[in-house]
Amino acid sequence: MKHYSAFAVAREALRYHTGWERAWRSPEPKKRYDVIIIGAGGHGLATAYYLGKNYGIQNVAVIEKGWLGGGNTGRNTTIIRSNYLQDPSAAIYEKARGLYEDLSQDLNYNIMFSPRGVIMLAQTQHEIRGYQRTAHANALQGVKTEWIGPERVKELVPIINLDGPRYPVLGGLWQERGGTARHDAVAWGYARACSAMGMDIIQQCEVTGVRSQDGRVVGVDTTKGAIDCDKLGIVVAGHSGQLAEMAGFRLPLEAVALQALVSEPIKPCMDVVVMANTVHGYMSQSDKGEMVIGGGTDGFNNFTQRGSFHHIEETVRALVETFPMISRLKMLRQWGGIVDMTGDRSPILSKTPLGGCFINCGWGTGGFKAIPGSGWGMAQLMATGHSPLTEAFSLDRFKEGRFIDESVAAGVAH
Amino acid sequence: MSTRLAKQGRLIDRSKKVTFTFNGTSMQGYEGDTLASALLANDQMMVGRSFKYHRPRGVVASGAEEPNALVGLGQGNRFEPNQRATTTELFNGLTAISQNHWPSLEHDIGAVNTAFARFLPAGFYYKTFIHPKPFWKHVYEPFIRQSAGLGKAPDKDSRDADTYEHFYAFTDVLVIGGGVAGLQAAKAAAASGAKVLLIEQSAYWGGRAPVDGGTVNDEPVDKFVEQLVSELETMDNVSMRSRCMGAGVYDHGYVLGYERLTDHTPGVQGPRHRLWRIRAKQIVTATGAIERPLSFAGNDVPGVMLASAMRDYAVNWGVNPGERVIVATNNDDAYRTAITLKQAGVDVLRIVDARATAGPLAEEARQLGIRVDPGKAIAKVKGGKRVKKVAICNQEGVGGAREEVEADAVAMSGGWSPVVHMWSHCGGKLTWDDANAFFRPDPSRPPLGANGEGFVLAAGASNGALVLGDVLTDAHAVGKAAAKAAGFKPKNIKAPVGETTAEAPMEAVWLMPANAEIQLRMKSWLDFQNDVKVSDVQLAAREGYESVEHTKRYTTLGMATDQGKLSNINGLAILADALESEIPKVGTTTFRPPYTPISMGAIGGEARGEVFQPIRQTPMHNWHDRNGADWEPVGHWRRTYAYVRPGESVHDAVNREVKNTRDNLGLLDASTLGKLIVKGPDAGKFLDIMYTNMMSTLIVGKCRYGLMCSENGFLIDDGVVARIDKDTWLCHTTTGGAERIHGHMEEWLQTEWWDWKVYVANVTEQYAQVAVVGPNARKVLEKLNAQAGGGMDLSKEALPFMEWRDGKIGEFDARAYRISFSGELSYEIAVPASQGQAFWDALFEAGQEFGVMPYGTECLHILRAEKGFIMIGDETDGTVIPQDLGLHWALSKKKEDYLGKRAHSRSHMADPERWKLVGLETVDGSVLPDGAYAVGEGVNANGQRNMIGRVTSTYFSANLGKGIAMGLIKHGPDRMGEIVEFPGTDGKTYKAKIVDPIFFDKDGEKQNV
Ligand SMILES: Cc1cc2nc3c(=O)[nH]c(=O)nc-3n(C[C@H](O)[C@H](O)[C@H](O)COP(=O)(O)OP(=O)(O)OC[C@H]3O[C@@H](n4cnc5c(N)ncnc54)[C@H](O)[C@@H]3O)c2cc1C
Repeated sequence: MKHYSAFAVAREALRYHTGWERAWRSPEPKKRYDVIIIGAGGHGLATAYYLGKNYGIQNVAVIEKGWLGGGNTGRNTTIIRSNYLQDPSAAIYEKARGLYEDLSQDLNYNIMFSPRGVIMLAQTQHEIRGYQRTAHANALQGVKTEWIGPERVKELVPIINLDGPRYPVLGGLWQERGGTARHDAVAWGYARACSAMGMDIIQQCEVTGVRSQDGRVVGVDTTKGAIDCDKLGIVVAGHSGQLAEMAGFRLPLEAVALQALVSEPIKPCMDVVVMANTVHGYMSQSDKGEMVIGGGTDGFNNFTQRGSFHHIEETVRALVETFPMISRLKMLRQWGGIVDMTGDRSPILSKTPLGGCFINCGWGTGGFKAIPGSGWGMAQLMATGHSPLTEAFSLDRFKEGRFIDESVAAGVAH
Repeated sequence: MSTRLAKQGRLIDRSKKVTFTFNGTSMQGYEGDTLASALLANDQMMVGRSFKYHRPRGVVASGAEEPNALVGLGQGNRFEPNQRATTTELFNGLTAISQNHWPSLEHDIGAVNTAFARFLPAGFYYKTFIHPKPFWKHVYEPFIRQSAGLGKAPDKDSRDADTYEHFYAFTDVLVIGGGVAGLQAAKAAAASGAKVLLIEQSAYWGGRAPVDGGTVNDEPVDKFVEQLVSELETMDNVSMRSRCMGAGVYDHGYVLGYERLTDHTPGVQGPRHRLWRIRAKQIVTATGAIERPLSFAGNDVPGVMLASAMRDYAVNWGVNPGERVIVATNNDDAYRTAITLKQAGVDVLRIVDARATAGPLAEEARQLGIRVDPGKAIAKVKGGKRVKKVAICNQEGVGGAREEVEADAVAMSGGWSPVVHMWSHCGGKLTWDDANAFFRPDPSRPPLGANGEGFVLAAGASNGALVLGDVLTDAHAVGKAAAKAAGFKPKNIKAPVGETTAEAPMEAVWLMPANAEIQLRMKSWLDFQNDVKVSDVQLAAREGYESVEHTKRYTTLGMATDQGKLSNINGLAILADALESEIPKVGTTTFRPPYTPISMGAIGGEARGEVFQPIRQTPMHNWHDRNGADWEPVGHWRRTYAYVRPGESVHDAVNREVKNTRDNLGLLDASTLGKLIVKGPDAGKFLDIMYTNMMSTLIVGKCRYGLMCSENGFLIDDGVVARIDKDTWLCHTTTGGAERIHGHMEEWLQTEWWDWKVYVANVTEQYAQVAVVGPNARKVLEKLNAQAGGGMDLSKEALPFMEWRDGKIGEFDARAYRISFSGELSYEIAVPASQGQAFWDALFEAGQEFGVMPYGTECLHILRAEKGFIMIGDETDGTVIPQDLGLHWALSKKKEDYLGKRAHSRSHMADPERWKLVGLETVDGSVLPDGAYAVGEGVNANGQRNMIGRVTSTYFSANLGKGIAMGLIKHGPDRMGEIVEFPGTDGKTYKAKIVDPIFFDKDGEKQNV
């Protein structure tokens, strides 16, 4: 793998950049791998990466039906924070956030982690109490957050309207080291590093069946033929239900559309990420200058990556109320992704009823921020059979009633 | 130099001068001008700077596809960045500023990026800025961010001076696009009697045809358009909206229309934009086609323009974009531009045609004295801020042996691409047309409606028909087809006959010259705004970003404000070539709404400020407001947190209310509490499932406190249920829960027990409800009765605790519930909403002698906490089960089933380690912080401090003179008297004793009088 640096770019410039090599190879599948990961989204790629990096398991294939990073990883609004309420969530999201801090250096690929700070606004008494609770919990979980008053909110977000007639801003929960990153770069950076370790990323290859013998997985059927493996990781977000069916089990998941939109680019006017859960909307400004906006999920289950316009309306209306100056900006593009939602809105990282087969899914509306931590824990689980990071997120919790409900702290969990 | 032609300009009125400013310089145009045409008429070739390299940018197109001519428009509360000059109608007093430069458009520091362009290829930022790490946060990112963005942000405190509105429309056939195809399709559809809505984004009907010329039924096409428009205008079943763009097509025939009402007349009364939410049975997209640029070095220099745009400027606005023009093309259509300009007196130096042979138009051009150079290409355009010279070479080859010609404008045409956006938004598929080198709608794979049939049809140029005759034939047929698909019988009216000029086939030319060397490719722009060049796409392919989505994201091709209207197909072709693949195999990126950007204001609509979300008001709302209410939003309601008297703090007010209600008499507006009527022969059975308690056995006239769990066993709501008659129950819910619980009941009724005979109605707003609370509660009510000379018997015997009665209280029709959420003697009295204020006034007046005071939600909370009553949302949070709260008694053991019963048998629910409800008292009487956690020894496997409980609600109790709290603590009820520690976020550690959660009147003597 050629090292990336400003010097390398300068050197290549002299050759008109004709000397760059591929960021990742495009191999044909081998007959057999130690581990197959299905799904080259952020979570699948990160799992593969840490399998190689932390456990030396490098005979790995990541199989992707489309193009790597083309699922939700490439369509999300990239908010990164770890100010979750419940212990298991705070642990895995904070692990992820911590890994994000050094990820560019680790991968030698600039993923543009931008710890610009995240504010979650409190606009009702109820929210104040909720966020104060989160702040207390976070302090004990080792997550640095702070309850701030309205004046501080205004200082951090000059364009905010504190005293909207409907829901005045009463304060907020502030995580200074939360922020954003470049979503594509996260997928590309992991892919490049995996490929450099000798792993095969096989794109345009759909898994169509899971093969097993005596209750253990032995391989997969794909549109490029059958491939054997010892262990299998299913990391396919919205399509988890289908894959689980192939593997012979069912999942407590629903698939719904979640939408986002961007404005046309404008000069920097908002340095932090703001989430307003009472009115259902959140906004940040990308490094390109676009206001990146997201809101709630569609009310009905579906697989279209579109969603209904009513939700866009609700979200935009809420944000025009919160940031009146955006009224004369224009929406440039809207899109949707299929998110996989569990009953308790927390992910599943777990062994499955099929031996050797593991699943990582259920990240729903908020899994981008978790990618490095999830990959780290999942790799540990797949390599050693146990990970404190993933333990609470096992499938068993639905049988036992041991839910990890985050909706307590925030209606939407991006 | 670009100037105004002496004649021409079908859209401008030369008798009406219009004054405007650009970057502070005053300029003149005519009514009918666009900002772009007026700028060109004033020789303003350079109008902005590109995104990455800050290259000079000029107008390149004449419509919605324009990527370069973006300006900041207006001032103050009407300032709007990134407005396209080509679609901005000129008006007197318009002020525009150019974008993305510092200190000025002419002299821009950022333009040094051009010098470094070689070091800043596609995706360079992924490879750099990595070390040293702290530099990213402190140097690199701030730098990148500072250079980000195009237009200036509106002022931070600016408030849009304009208003917006939403309209709804239902139609049989919607035609998007008012060119000849749209007009004809509308007519053909409307002839069947179908209701037709026709929308056009510009201010004019007829689209390109009047510029391109030709005849229909042997008359000039503009005549035909005129007749057609007036014909449509007289038809009752046809509505027409100009300045109304089709913005997006969504599932089930839902379409967004974006009408710009006063953009061209700012300040005029009325909304600025109108968002149309249209439901159409069939949609016809007649959205035309967009010309493609050619990729040659220097194709981004101001003065290089689409050939069709140059023709538009001449014909529509009488503007001549240059004095010495070179036309570069791969098709016949650009010859029309050459001919038009020549006829207008412009010096057309030559036509550089990449093809070996051209059609009959070439002959016409030659006859006009224009030199035609077949097989030639532009090697490079020279010039910085405007075109100076053009180097011409052979199309085959790498670009050697150049001949340089002095020129000041270049018209380019790389062929046309149908506008397929609206077809594609909702899943319509495309097919590659090799002859014309474009994607067009594949009629066999349209977007599908709920019935599995297509609901979008494409017509005219947007369907791939480029010649006038074909356009009309196609549009006519499509209009009829749409009517038929919408359920109407199309009439056999005659299709108009358009002229069909013979044209030689175009030839796909994706690069000029065909094998251009790298130095030229690095200067051949694909995306003018985002500065993506041919070499960038080739680099992406080389580095393995092979999917078209990867290439787009890696290079930012097509991600600018024009969303690749000019660049996408050219970029695709370069990518396909680099991958040694074919264009249709590489495929397009996804077309997403909106077609062009639409204002956030329009999306938000009328719902701003006070009416952003409806504020629900109880009948007594205004009284509260007049009497010092400190408001608190609860759901869509506003409730009074406390009634603050002059000179009092909110905290003082709460304490006063708390004491007074216990000592004398308090009134609470409880109207917001949810009231659901559940009625029907199966209502009892149904409520037995909904509630954990038994409701079917409740005796008429009695009340029961009920709990509701989710199917996962978690407590979701509580409230008092009253049985009204044999088939009728009235269920109180929490204020925030009314709609949710109503929905919850409906969901179960509709999906699970749809055969049960039960109706649920939400009657929350039909009643005003007042809690009359305190030792004097009965006295005040009896006084009202005495004053009116009768009324219901409110004595302990006649109306015992947990019963209800209908009757008169004073003058009022009332339903009195003898229930208490405070532990005091208490009646909750419902009267018809219309009598609420009068009832409240009467109580208030009669209560004077008994020390009456209104109290708010905080007092309510404290009173209930003193009594250890739980509050949904405080003691519960979606993870708490009734057993945690010591509410086992409310879980019926007799019932076979209820929602949550099965869940309660899961192992974790019976886990003795679950945190349980207790009371908490700080050792020093202070108030525990809200949401604090109790800690145990050590840390868990993830290094987090072990927690053993938390505070669920905490208050200062004025009655007890100390802080009291409720909390959930591990083994709590077994640890009475023990001290636990709560670290606060303020750095202090709070010590609190575990106590019984009932702090006040443990035996409930006060309420049973
Ligand atoms: C609009 C939107 C906004 C969001 N905003 C945020 C945010 O601000 N912050 C945040 O933290 N999270 C956010 N999220 C959530 C986040 O995007 C996801 O949780 C996360 O990206 C999931 O990553 P993944 O790797 O699990 O899934 P994906 O990226 O979807 O990857 C799954 C991959 O599996 C592949 N696949 C599926 N089936 C098969 C098969 N049979 N064979 C082979 N491959 C298959 C898919 O093609 C896909 O590439 C948002 C999501 C959306 C949609």
